[in-house]
Amino acid sequence: MFQAHYKLERYSVGLVIAIIIAASIGGIVEIAPLFTIDQTVEEAPGMRVYTPLELAGRNIYVREGCYACHSQMIRTLRDEVERYGPYSLAVESQYDHPMLWGSKRTGPDLARIGGKYSDQWHVAHLENPRDVVPASIMPAYSFLARTQLRTDDLSMHLTALKKVGVPYTDSMIEKAVEDAYGQAAPFSALADGVVTRYGDATHIRAFDGDPGSVSEMDALVAYLQIIGRLTDAAHEQKSSGDAE
Amino acid sequence: MGVIERDPHTGHGTTGHEWNGIKELNTAVPWPIWAFLIATVIFSVVWWILMPAWPLGDTYTKGLLGADVRQNVATDLKSAEEKRSIWASRIEKEELSAIMSDSELMQDIRETGHALFGDNCAACHGARAEGGPGYPKLTDSAWLWGQTPDAIFETIRAGVNSGHPDSRFSQMPAWGRDQMLDRKAIIDVSAFVKSLSDANKGGNGSPEQLAAGQKIFVDNCASCHGSDAHGAHQTGAPDLTDNTWLYGGDAASIYESIYNGRQGHMPAWESRLSNADRKILMIYLLDLGQNSP
Repeated sequence: MFQAHYKLERYSVGLVIAIIIAASIGGIVEIAPLFTIDQTVEEAPGMRVYTPLELAGRNIYVREGCYACHSQMIRTLRDEVERYGPYSLAVESQYDHPMLWGSKRTGPDLARIGGKYSDQWHVAHLENPRDVVPASIMPAYSFLARTQLRTDDLSMHLTALKKVGVPYTDSMIEKAVEDAYGQAAPFSALADGVVTRYGDATHIRAFDGDPGSVSEMDALVAYLQIIGRLTDAAHEQKSSGDAE
Repeated sequence: MGVIERDPHTGHGTTGHEWNGIKELNTAVPWPIWAFLIATVIFSVVWWILMPAWPLGDTYTKGLLGADVRQNVATDLKSAEEKRSIWASRIEKEELSAIMSDSELMQDIRETGHALFGDNCAACHGARAEGGPGYPKLTDSAWLWGQTPDAIFETIRAGVNSGHPDSRFSQMPAWGRDQMLDRKAIIDVSAFVKSLSDANKGGNGSPEQLAAGQKIFVDNCASCHGSDAHGAHQTGAPDLTDNTWLYGGDAASIYESIYNGRQGHMPAWESRLSNADRKILMIYLLDLGQNSP
């Protein structure tokens, strides 16, 4: 058996075929499960999509590398569930492209951060983390509040996500810029459009405390406040698990 | 197979090829490596049989051991719950005074409460509940919504301005920004408010200014803060005569609070923490307040 490759190595076509077979096994093991992903990911019929403002915040989260220190994945371990909340389900990141599960926790996990703290806290914390958490080693992101959010490319971001399966409608794509402004300006006429397109549960607030403009702080806080709240599937799973 | 040719110096076989006069030894793979490879292959086959391994369309091979991480975590949580229920069930049933006089039970509450507080409350209220600008200190007696156990428990459950259906609601209007009071009026009433907690009752204002400020206070502020400025738990309006200042008690901070208004936000914890956990936190805070200097 250990000598078989002496024979194989002398026939180039045979060797090529053997290499293809060996490499395919690795490929199949990785790719085949994706063919049935629709059946293995949990159902979450009422799941909403990220609004343009939240999506912009998500892009800032990626740009600033937040994922390098914060995971968004609560594992099926008792200490994690007790500290952070119900463990993460695959369906919760079905609209995340790319997913931001992360693999390192210098800071805490953020999968259930949405709604845990107030907007004011997030703004104060991003301005200077030491102001609210004296022991924090997180960098300050005070420039976010001073930086106007770039909105002209939001429609393109929505279009790209639609191509990979996020159910954005044509009107969502068309009105992306207006919706980004409307979500951070509760008293403007634009806010009504956000509710119409994204539902009553959408957070419409001046996230950074300044309703007059849309800053990167608005976008990032809007994103932080929606993490883990696109669907209640994980909480339902938990309560049905309790009943068993 | 080619002709096995032996290297005269080492005695090992060569590959039989020759490249520009150089021949290559064909040293055999050492046996420990073969042994290791074979052992891992055998282990993986055993593991496939024992543990969940192969995907089969919309299901997978479950494995003989029936391991399931989701079930494991549910079991772990349940057994932890049962272990805790020895003392936690007493918290739900017994009278508060009985709980707080039981030193053994209070030790459990302090330990669990400390962890719960650290995970959930410390981000705003500080690790030792000392508070900060905009976030109340929880170890003093200046409670915006009342210091009774029921009031504290309700604040934890429903939050303040939280969006919870039973949320407490409180807003200090933006008197200046929304043009209800002009600049001079705000300066006058700021001076009056500052004088209320001033030891010598004079503050920095002239008697005329304080009189003008008092009139503005009675007309505008007394409905929430009370005519004696002691605040009210129903509206969450703070007592302005004590030395506790949520947003700062210097003239500039008071002016800022009146000009731009304030609207604090405390999240509701009903959906995040169990009834028992919230009660533990409530008792933890009462205990912390009692034992603080």
